[in-house]
Order: sequence, then structure tokens, then C-alpha cells
Amino acid sequence: MSSKKMAIIATKGTLDMAYPPFILASTAAALGFEVQVFFTFYGLQLLRKDLSTVMISPLANPAMPMPVPMPVMVQMLPGMESMATMMMKQKLKKHGVASLQELRDLCLEAEVKFIACQMTVDLFEFDKSEFIDNIEYGGAAMFLGFAGDTDICLFV
Amino acid sequence: MNFDKEFDASGMSCPLPILKTKKALADMASGQVLKLISTDSGSVKDMQAFAEQTGNSLLSTDEANGKYTFYMKKK
Repeated sequence: MSSKKMAIIATKGTLDMAYPPFILASTAAALGFEVQVFFTFYGLQLLRKDLSTVMISPLANPAMPMPVPMPVMVQMLPGMESMATMMMKQKLKKHGVASLQELRDLCLEAEVKFIACQMTVDLFEFDKSEFIDNIEYGGAAMFLGFAGDTDICLFV
Repeated sequence: MNFDKEFDASGMSCPLPILKTKKALADMASGQVLKLISTDSGSVKDMQAFAEQTGNSLLSTDEANGKYTFYMKKK
């Protein structure tokens, strides 16, 4: 039986939006899927060696549950992003949710293939040395070559 | 029930119990039994799905005081 395949396009670089691609990719790999994740635009942040810059912002994020209601004027203040990120990370830890780093490592261990969009790497003038080593660089056509033959294809 | 290996995933949330199960099974031989403990209520359906998709057999699922115990036989 040939294994099922899943392709994910990860376009967001915030803490909350980083979880779905890593959770789905690692779980699918555990279920025996062949998985590729294409990181483009802000999603490239998720391939950095240092994930500490991946943050969450309460600003323009009205669905984010807050311990106390917070007016937009307060959310704009300096340091609010760091505070929200710290609180979210504490919450994730308390509930036994894996860190992004751990999920990403589990993906790589399970041979999930990560592809960084070469065009966006050039566009944002990223230095490849900032990214983790075991990834490939490619374009839309390369990704679609795999995605066209998958059972599940998601845009996150 | 007899088992060959045990893994306690207590306190871990989705998808860790599944990922840890997969890892625990990796270095076991065909026919051996893994005992997995989890406190994640979502893992009941997840373990069933994992077994169905991977072909390993879920021999039993038990719940007591918020702890779920699974016995899985490797394919």
C-alpha cells in the first residue's frame, strides 16, 4: 500500500498560526503520511534556528481570549506583544502542549520535508544561515509537483 | 495485561501522546505490546484513529480517575 500524502502551505509567522502546520505535519507523519510543508512569506519565520522571535499579538486579534478585556489603545503600548507572547507560552506549557521547537524537531525526525520559498527568501533578503539546515529551497512549481499528487492539501 | 514497554504521556496534550506512541513503537518488534498512559481525553479517539491508519492493533482502552490506559500491539 503506498502511503497517503499531505501538503501544507504555511504563510503565517505568528505563534498561534505556527501551531496548525507543525501539529498536522507531525501527526500525519506519525500516521504514515508522506508530508511536505512549503513555507512562504511570513511562514519563513518558522524555519529560523531561533524561534524566540515568533510572537503573538492581541492587536487586531479580537478572537484571542484575554484574562481581562483590553482596549485597543492599551494593546498598542510597547511591550504588549512580548507580554502576550509570554502569557501564551506559559498557557501552552501549563496545558502540556509541545513547544514549536519540539514539534518542529518531531516533524524533522519523522522525515517531514520542509521547503522554503526561494522567492520570499530573496524578497526579504534573509540570510540562509539563519534557517535550520535540513530544509530545501524551491519554488511554487516544485511544491505543486508534490501537492498535485496528495490526498490532503492545506493553506495555513 | 502483559506488555513489553510502557510510556507515560500524562500531562501531554494533542498531538504529543500520538507522536510519543509512534516513537515508542519504533524500536519494538512486531507483536510486542505497548502500554500507554495519557491524561488527554482527546487521545481516546486519536489512538483509535492512529491504530486504524497505521495497522497496529489497539487491544484495549480504559479510563480511571482521569487517566487513560491503552494497550497497543505492534503490527
